Amino acid sequence: MAALLQLTRVTKSFGAVRALKGVSFALESGEVHALLGENGAGKSTLIKIITGAHQPDGGQLEIGGEPVAHLTPAKARALGIACIYQQPALFSDLSVAENIALRLERTSPAHRVRWAQRHARARELLHRIGAEIDPAAEVRALSMPEQQLVEIACALGAGARIVIMDEPTASLTQKEQHLLFAVVRELRASGTGVIYISHRLDEIFALSDRITVLRDGETVGTNRVDEINEASLIKMMVGREVSAIYPPAESAPGDVVLSLKNVGCRASGVRDITLDVRAREIVGLAGLVGAGRTELARVLFGLTPADAGEISLRGQPVRISSPQSAVSHGIAYVPEDRRRHGVILEMPIAANMTMAIHDALFPGAWLRFSAEQILALDFIRDLAIKTAGPDAPGGSLSGGNQQKVALARWFATKPHVLILDEPTQGVDVGAKAEIHKIIRALAKDGLAVLMISSDLPEILGMSDRIAVLRAGTITATFDGKPDAHDVMAAALGQSAGKEAA
Amino acid sequence: MTRYFRELTVAFALLALLLVLAVIAPAFFEAQPLLSRLTREAPTLIVACGMALVIISRQIDISVGSLFGVCGVCAGLLAAEKWPVALVVPLSIGLGALLGAVNGALVAGLRQPSIVVTLATMVIAREGLRWQRQGAFVNLPDGLQWFGLSQRAGQFTLIGLALVILAALAWAMKNLAAGRFIHATGSDAEAARLAGIRPQLTTFAVFVFMGALTGLAAVMNLVQSPQVDPKSGAGLELKAIAAAVVGGVAVSGGRGHLWGVFTGVLLLACINPALTYLHVEAYWEKAIQGAIILLAVIADGLRTRRGCRGS
Repeated sequence: MAALLQLTRVTKSFGAVRALKGVSFALESGEVHALLGENGAGKSTLIKIITGAHQPDGGQLEIGGEPVAHLTPAKARALGIACIYQQPALFSDLSVAENIALRLERTSPAHRVRWAQRHARARELLHRIGAEIDPAAEVRALSMPEQQLVEIACALGAGARIVIMDEPTASLTQKEQHLLFAVVRELRASGTGVIYISHRLDEIFALSDRITVLRDGETVGTNRVDEINEASLIKMMVGREVSAIYPPAESAPGDVVLSLKNVGCRASGVRDITLDVRAREIVGLAGLVGAGRTELARVLFGLTPADAGEISLRGQPVRISSPQSAVSHGIAYVPEDRRRHGVILEMPIAANMTMAIHDALFPGAWLRFSAEQILALDFIRDLAIKTAGPDAPGGSLSGGNQQKVALARWFATKPHVLILDEPTQGVDVGAKAEIHKIIRALAKDGLAVLMISSDLPEILGMSDRIAVLRAGTITATFDGKPDAHDVMAAALGQSAGKEAA
Repeated sequence: MTRYFRELTVAFALLALLLVLAVIAPAFFEAQPLLSRLTREAPTLIVACGMALVIISRQIDISVGSLFGVCGVCAGLLAAEKWPVALVVPLSIGLGALLGAVNGALVAGLRQPSIVVTLATMVIAREGLRWQRQGAFVNLPDGLQWFGLSQRAGQFTLIGLALVILAALAWAMKNLAAGRFIHATGSDAEAARLAGIRPQLTTFAVFVFMGALTGLAAVMNLVQSPQVDPKSGAGLELKAIAAAVVGGVAVSGGRGHLWGVFTGVLLLACINPALTYLHVEAYWEKAIQGAIILLAVIADGLRTRRGCRGS
């Protein structure tokens, strides 16, 4: 029997970044196939190719034994592919029945709506998955898991043969999880193929038939669930050579610069964080996406101020209530997602670099372009930024060079604490090594660096100490150079992690 | 060169229009009517400069016409009570700033969309004025017209004042940190916030400044005639927005130069006389203004689309 879905050596690049380097993956009908991998291993890209949101650069995609070229989201839906995302994509102002109808009915604008039929259809679909949801309810009033069930009902109603579930249990309670598992098993029994993405290993073992592990955009292997155990699975996820050579720490860390005691922020889900960061030290913050790493950085930068615990800077307790107060305390934050908020694309890179140091660089009212140019030229030389000159707009630079501009803006503030959020995400290999060298040089100059990264080798290679976050708090800290396996296990919530001071 | 491409295009369009007028209607360049025409545009230029700042910070203010009327009438009433000009001018500016602060507080403080906020304040100010004045003009004392100078001297004063303010603002937008904050806020408010700039404070300040300029423009309009028409600001907001957009200020925020706004004001101001000299009915003026705005917006849209594809 031909596989329901077959991908053969699929490749995809975004600019210089190779997201998929050759992934092969097969889904049989009536199976739950788990897809596992670190953040950035290529899972989302793979899903987007299957749902037609991205076109692969190479390789072959077959659905039901037929090769498919130029898959579009509409075509994918017509072929019976449905995807249930972590964040349900429903219209919150419309009722459940209307949402389901919008997905399933293709009608002309002048078509008369048959309400009774719509509601009956919705009720039947919801009943089939065992969900007690009123079809007339507004989606706004539903909880997140209820919305996910509506999504599943849509997939069911569309007669989907291939259902993709992207971390469906991330926001579910125990009881709701069991309901969801029952639905997944029912889908399997009816011959549907389910691609199940999750970081929770217990779930994967409980639910799936086969497991495929992705790493660095490549398939590491596919195994039947009864052929493999958790330990070997984690090994498959992390078991790679640390390919890049990371600049070593050369000096012993100094005094404690930033000290957190039981810091929490209810609004952002960060709780009970206790951590010291010393001068000349890089502390890596590891953890899965959503574990609270970026949220912690935003607390420290005053974007969502802490409402519990104590933050001290060089021994002095401080209150960081806004980004301005963070800057005045010598805290710098290079945010994630530089394309959106790291640099202002319309403005010249010189202006981008001086954005955070206006008061220091321009005492009095007006700007001094000569001072700004000198500063910008220095940074362009020191950080080897490839640009036409200080007046080139930020948008004209490549990703790696934009990141260097964002870094320069904060180095210019001469901070005591530097928080980096995914400093090399989407940056090509060459620029990555340069950025690593820059970060290490800054630490050597006496900075306390807090580095968030989803790239495990980067965390392991760069950090002097590693703190692992899970569900908004630190669950393990490692001194020195721990084993990749232990860090991964701690991030996944396995007990294998050796708890060090 | 490419950096000011948009501004230069408008300047060339203006130049072309002036050349056409020079050939077919040399009468357009007679000194006295030209001077009067430019004087009438002086308050518009002031308001358009403020509007440019508002649009660069990615907001809009459609209440300026009504605020202009309120400031004009209030200043006129004070002048009729024999208050000295030296007091009337700062009071009008202050009143404008106060009304602008209301807009700014609602937009920046409560984070409401500026188009809705200023629509509301526009209607409140306009209807409040209509109820209060019942459409009656305010008669001004004799000494006020042209600040008590000769007509010619008064006209030169007003044009000079407008140009000085334009030049000062153009300089400030480039050379003061405040100008950079406005550009940064309009380009990407979240990025500005992450860089330690206060985008909400910037937005509030821009609205206050817009109000203050409106108050000044109202006085500059007032001294040109013996009476104040409470409806004198009607349509001013559209004229100001049009001049800014035609002059190359991007509606998407973050981009624009005040010298472009200057050419925009002049270009729009030349259309009506050009039509008259070309013996086209003056009714077409607004339609042609609209067409020019559309042209400007389409040109910007095409440019940004090309830019996206390039990157």
